[in-house]
Amino acid sequence: MTRLRSWWSEVTLLRHLVLAAAGLLVVVAVLESAGDFRSLQLASMAYLGLAAGGLTILTGLNGQISLGHGALMAIGAYTTALLLPDRESSTPLALVVLAAVGATLAVGVAVGYAAARLHGPYLAGATLALAVAVPGVALFFKGRLGGEQGLRVVLPDIPEWVLDLAFFVTGQELTRSRYVAYVAWLTLVVTFVLLANLSRSRVGRRWRAVRDDAVAAELAGIHLGRARVSAFTVSAAAAGAAGAMMAITVRLAAPSGFTLNLSLTLLTAVVLGGLGSLTGAIIGAALLTFLPQVVTGWGTDAGLSDIRAAELAPLVYGLVMILVILLAPSGIVGTLRRLAVRRTRGGPEPAPPATDAADPAAPSSSDALTTTSKGTSP
Amino acid sequence: MQQLVNTALSGLTLGMVYAAFALALVMIWRSTRVVNFAQAPMAMVTTFVALAVIDAGHSYWLGFGLALLSGLVLGAVVERVVIRPVEGKPEINAVILTLGLFIVLHALASVVFGNRYRSFPAPFGVRGVEVGDTTLGITGFGIFSIAAVLVVMALLVLLFRVTDLGLRMRAAAYHQEVARLLGVRVGRMLTLGWALASVVGSLAGLLIAGGSLVHPGFMDSIVVFGFVAAVLGGLDSPVGAVVGGLLLGLSLSFVSGYVGSQLVALTALAILMLVLTLRPGGLFSQPAQRRV
Repeated sequence: MTRLRSWWSEVTLLRHLVLAAAGLLVVVAVLESAGDFRSLQLASMAYLGLAAGGLTILTGLNGQISLGHGALMAIGAYTTALLLPDRESSTPLALVVLAAVGATLAVGVAVGYAAARLHGPYLAGATLALAVAVPGVALFFKGRLGGEQGLRVVLPDIPEWVLDLAFFVTGQELTRSRYVAYVAWLTLVVTFVLLANLSRSRVGRRWRAVRDDAVAAELAGIHLGRARVSAFTVSAAAAGAAGAMMAITVRLAAPSGFTLNLSLTLLTAVVLGGLGSLTGAIIGAALLTFLPQVVTGWGTDAGLSDIRAAELAPLVYGLVMILVILLAPSGIVGTLRRLAVRRTRGGPEPAPPATDAADPAAPSSSDALTTTSKGTSP
Repeated sequence: MQQLVNTALSGLTLGMVYAAFALALVMIWRSTRVVNFAQAPMAMVTTFVALAVIDAGHSYWLGFGLALLSGLVLGAVVERVVIRPVEGKPEINAVILTLGLFIVLHALASVVFGNRYRSFPAPFGVRGVEVGDTTLGITGFGIFSIAAVLVVMALLVLLFRVTDLGLRMRAAAYHQEVARLLGVRVGRMLTLGWALASVVGSLAGLLIAGGSLVHPGFMDSIVVFGFVAAVLGGLDSPVGAVVGGLLLGLSLSFVSGYVGSQLVALTALAILMLVLTLRPGGLFSQPAQRRV
């Protein structure tokens, strides 16, 4: 058993692929039983999860904060909207998503080069400026970007072979909302496999080294600025893909969809789930998608007007975020993991600091566990 | 020509307010090494306190005073309750806490005061001052804003340069351990520093609000401008923050007047990126300074 476990923790790529395949199976099972409304809701969970996944890599693995992931999503969404203006647009969806990622990547490199290579609050401030600035750009170039109304996104027709394949596999007709949800979740799974591999690779180890001790990392020959900028760039690219998915889900790219609040709630999702954990990012995204209705329901029951009740959800997020940092800095996934480790080991585990939360695929604490089990087993 | 002068004058007024806000950020940064992003909603909340008092039929000045007082209390409470527990932990924790506070205050204000735009009164004229037969682009309230910020700056200089308390606060910010050994109650000094910074931020909020509209998000862009102004000045220097605020106010005013007000925030971002690329230590830094 222990040998199997240590083998499992060493075959990183295989493990990630198996997990991804299992995830896709779950996605198919859930989506096939979901109606149109549920499918769109799950699609929005997927794009929030994508953006949160990018952010958790930046914040958890590299210790930097971005308050502009909502704005980066806007760049991805507007690129998508410009490429899909009407039904006749012949650009395949995959190319559109790649273009959205490319555009966001370019902005990410520019902002990252200026702000991320420096140690300090500069990236947080610059991305905050980005979050406040981007809606204004859409308003200024009214003719091209649609001003306050925004741009409509027209989803291209579902390719024949996809329809056939879907019918062959599931025996059900593929509706457009379900198609969108499949595209969003497939993008999420592919992105997460890439991110998980990256974080277990040399690149990810560099990011963590820079996060934990900048001086030691520099002595070890790591270029600090380059590591920080690359972490931000990768994170921005994920946000771009999220923006593209948001555009085809909501079928609209408008400034009101990309307020500062979006960026801040993404950060909430990441903190709640556990910094640095991709699983945590998905849990956080699920909370962001499904919690607001519940909380707003409480508010209207308590006699608040609809508009005011809608503000209760961010209130809950904010309060929980503060409490998580004060009481359980490693978030939901990190705390569960620590409890599990404590149970298997039978001894208390020293509490890691917030930034030391477990990384996506295998946590540092279970790494330690693996070494011990290796040492004791003959 | 007249437009040029008027744009410059309104830039000067705005610049003074940005300078005040930047000063608040710098004060907290110097003492606790946190950029207090929650400064914006904190100032928003105190402005709403003033609005509530004025709407209840009391005078503007009572609202003004109560807003500053509530700023003082709010700053102290935030430092004691939220920031103190994560002192000595990774900096990112404190930053996330200020952002959590940002969300909470925003949402609370929306729940309590509502989400719509409300007009905020001004104690002085909001029409341009007339000199001869030309109307200048500076209002009575603008002059009051500049004067108020100058008075606050003078008071702060007096506090930090002349009084014993100011010396202790500087010592606590400069080196906590040594200050503690010398008998300074460092914790109290940090709380006081946050409280004072919050008062300065509240003042900036009241000055931005005067004669215009307020809603829960009305200070969000101001925290960006304050941050850019502070970085222009090097983030560590109060004088730099003031100069940075004035520079930024002037440049943003020209962009707003000649290009379009929607691009103001983008200009601020561009200026920030330019400064960080060319002179990360601020405009007045010595090239030899370097921080890992």
